[in-house]
Amino acid sequence: MTRLNCFQLPGILWLAGFSLLAFTNCTPSGGTTGALSGDAASQVYVAPGEYDEFYAFMSGGFSGQVTVHGLPSGRLLKTIPVFSLDAEKAYGFNEETKPMLQTSKGFIPWDDSHHPELSQTKGSTDGRWLFINGNNTPRIARIDLTVFETMEIIEIPNSGGNHSSPFITENSEYVVAGTRFSVPYPQADVAISSYKENFKGMLTYVSVGEEGEMDIAFQILLPAFDYDLAHSGKGKSHGWTFFTTYNTEQKTSLLEVAASQNDKDYIAAINWKKAEEYIAQGKFREVPAKWAHNVYDEKKHSATSTMNDKVKVLIPEDCPGLVYFIPTPKSPHGVDVDPTGEYIVGNGKLSSDLTVHSFTKMLAAIENKAYETEISGIPVLKFEEVVAGAVKDAGLGPLHTEFDGRGNAYTSFFISSEVVKWKIGTWEVLDRAQTFYSIGHLMIPGGDSADPDGKYLIALNKITKDRYLPTGPELCHSAQMYDISGDKMKLLLDFPTMGEPHYAQGIAASKIVPNVKKFYPIEENEHPYRALGEKDTKVVREGTDVHVYLTTIRSHFSPDNIEGVKVGDKVYFHVTNLEQDWDVPHGFAVMGANNSELLIMGGQTETLLWYPKEVGVIPFYCTDFCSALHQEMQGYIRVSPANSSIALSWSLGEEEPVQ
Amino acid sequence: MFLAVISLLCLFLFPMWRITLLAPQYPQGVTMYIHINKIAGDSPGTLQNVNILNHYVGMKFIEPESIPELKYFPYIILGLSFLGLIAAAINKSGFYFAWCVLLVALSVAGIYDFYLWEYDYGHDLAANAPIKIPGASFQPPVFGVKQIINFTAISYPALGGIFAGLAIPFAFMAGWIKQKST
Ligand SMILES: [Cu+2]
Repeated sequence: MTRLNCFQLPGILWLAGFSLLAFTNCTPSGGTTGALSGDAASQVYVAPGEYDEFYAFMSGGFSGQVTVHGLPSGRLLKTIPVFSLDAEKAYGFNEETKPMLQTSKGFIPWDDSHHPELSQTKGSTDGRWLFINGNNTPRIARIDLTVFETMEIIEIPNSGGNHSSPFITENSEYVVAGTRFSVPYPQADVAISSYKENFKGMLTYVSVGEEGEMDIAFQILLPAFDYDLAHSGKGKSHGWTFFTTYNTEQKTSLLEVAASQNDKDYIAAINWKKAEEYIAQGKFREVPAKWAHNVYDEKKHSATSTMNDKVKVLIPEDCPGLVYFIPTPKSPHGVDVDPTGEYIVGNGKLSSDLTVHSFTKMLAAIENKAYETEISGIPVLKFEEVVAGAVKDAGLGPLHTEFDGRGNAYTSFFISSEVVKWKIGTWEVLDRAQTFYSIGHLMIPGGDSADPDGKYLIALNKITKDRYLPTGPELCHSAQMYDISGDKMKLLLDFPTMGEPHYAQGIAASKIVPNVKKFYPIEENEHPYRALGEKDTKVVREGTDVHVYLTTIRSHFSPDNIEGVKVGDKVYFHVTNLEQDWDVPHGFAVMGANNSELLIMGGQTETLLWYPKEVGVIPFYCTDFCSALHQEMQGYIRVSPANSSIALSWSLGEEEPVQ
Repeated sequence: MFLAVISLLCLFLFPMWRITLLAPQYPQGVTMYIHINKIAGDSPGTLQNVNILNHYVGMKFIEPESIPELKYFPYIILGLSFLGLIAAAINKSGFYFAWCVLLVALSVAGIYDFYLWEYDYGHDLAANAPIKIPGASFQPPVFGVKQIINFTAISYPALGGIFAGLAIPFAFMAGWIKQKST
């Protein structure tokens, strides 16, 4: 099958206000399977019962979640709820996880999750945690990879949108959070046109402790640009983080034209070790700022939300040597650091070239004060004193670059819809592979670390069109996997993804599998409303609050007959799953619940709040097919009128009801 | 003779018997270890999981607290070891052989007792069991492999049991060597 694959290109260029039609190289492609060769199927085949070699963690984009896939099969293994409600798992619906979605702006049931980032030790992914940013209401979440659940969410104050985040440092010292939108600092009722005077861009460093616990270490106040993406240095550049900027024109309207006028924007190079020195010297300003910090306790099976009220801010004028700007052509999008830490790739998204800076040259330029100018006390280094080289005419619209650890780099080109492989140092193009269609991020397992596993490359495509059976106007996003172990990239597989994966991370399964937990030991359960056995079950009234201590075990609830509840009560079902076996969750659903079901793992306690509104006898049941007698796993709760004198009682089987 | 006593005392360190249940949905199997004083599994939840499986067909819960043998068996082993040491002190072949015969007799009695418990669990089923399979026996084998509905049950001595078994030839050899040397 041969067809044209450039139909969306003129539209995009027109939108961007360019007339680059001369670039549109509309030649018939070699068919939409690319160079698919006969043995591709066996390369992605994982036999029934076998494990995949890698985990891939895909951001959910506008779904707000993270999905876990296996590679090379592409199979979907789990959706981890992070920033959005998930009725299936009761995330954000049960009493235990509601605090996870608290912010200074109240309960927020959704976010836009973009960039997952695995924890690292000495520059290598270590399989302990996965961090991911919430873009809309600025937050960072931490997922524990022993249980694949969200354990912590920290809100980022003084930010207008957390896009350049989390991009971890090489020993997981910090995850970073740069604001995509500059906003008035401090927030105030000012004219939008006063952008240049009143707006600022804030970069935040969030420290990561021994147990993964996050805290806002400090913030750095920068000029009002859009801080787009970032990567922390590694090896020789450890101690630095690089943030791309666009809209250095400082416009507030019709940015697609207005923010695309400067020939060069900047990469902001932050010396965070210097920042630590300034913090230690007390050269910060403590400013009021409201931010929520939500932590899930694995023993209590419950989250708490704490509101904080201040943050430490460093001002570059007070802190020489903290920040430098590196001019970089054409609104750079991704900024990627090669495995040695020497090369910093600026993916100028409105260009056909890639600019690569040298860390060594950057240090020399700083040493020699090779400054072009200064912006708000921040030196702008001379471009030619820092640049190492350029990959010329590589493609159109470069966005992101990953590395294979063998001296090669792979850059995604959105407009020309391709991955281009090039050589670090010589800057020559070695190979190119079409993507279907319009690739955004790309991912090689470990491809942004010091230690890539250069076997597969995943293209995360923005446009799906005709790749799968049509499902109406809305289509899933499509990922594609390439074999990059040889000289030529080889397309192996298309697979559908959830939401809109922006960035992704991959890691050898062997770094995670040995630490995965199978259930929660019941004797470690410290939930305040736990029932550690059927003898602990009871129903307690406190005014109009009724606490039901329920247990589940194959295949019954204890108790399963409850009477004495009244219209107007608030009934809390605290359900403890007594199972101590892998993969035996029980569900709990009660008719008319205005929230969701519960899905309780072995050894866990979860709470569903239920408002009985009418008299009657209401059934509840297990929603997870747990055993041969699952269908029998049901019970009744009797609801009496508000003025009824029927006492609380509960029972299981033939035994006398307990009062 | 000391080897025989030490082998016997291994029962305090290692389980006597091991029963593994295999089924399609239990690829790694569910393994129970019978010690002289307790019944354990390959994980803390194993006994609960076995009991959950058993209750569908109305088998009694395995409750180690309700099995008196697990309480007095350690004293029998200690007593037997003490007698072995006395035999060693007397150092006459006849005493060695006598001890050996006593150990064989007690082992046979113990295995028969194990069989009776298994028979009881396998046959004394609750009348109101949710799943009734006419003619099916749920009694696991004492020694060997047996299909119990969807499970393959595998039952063999474990390390402690093997060492206890070795005590018999060790004691016999002690007696034999003594007899030859006199
Ligand atoms: Cu159930």
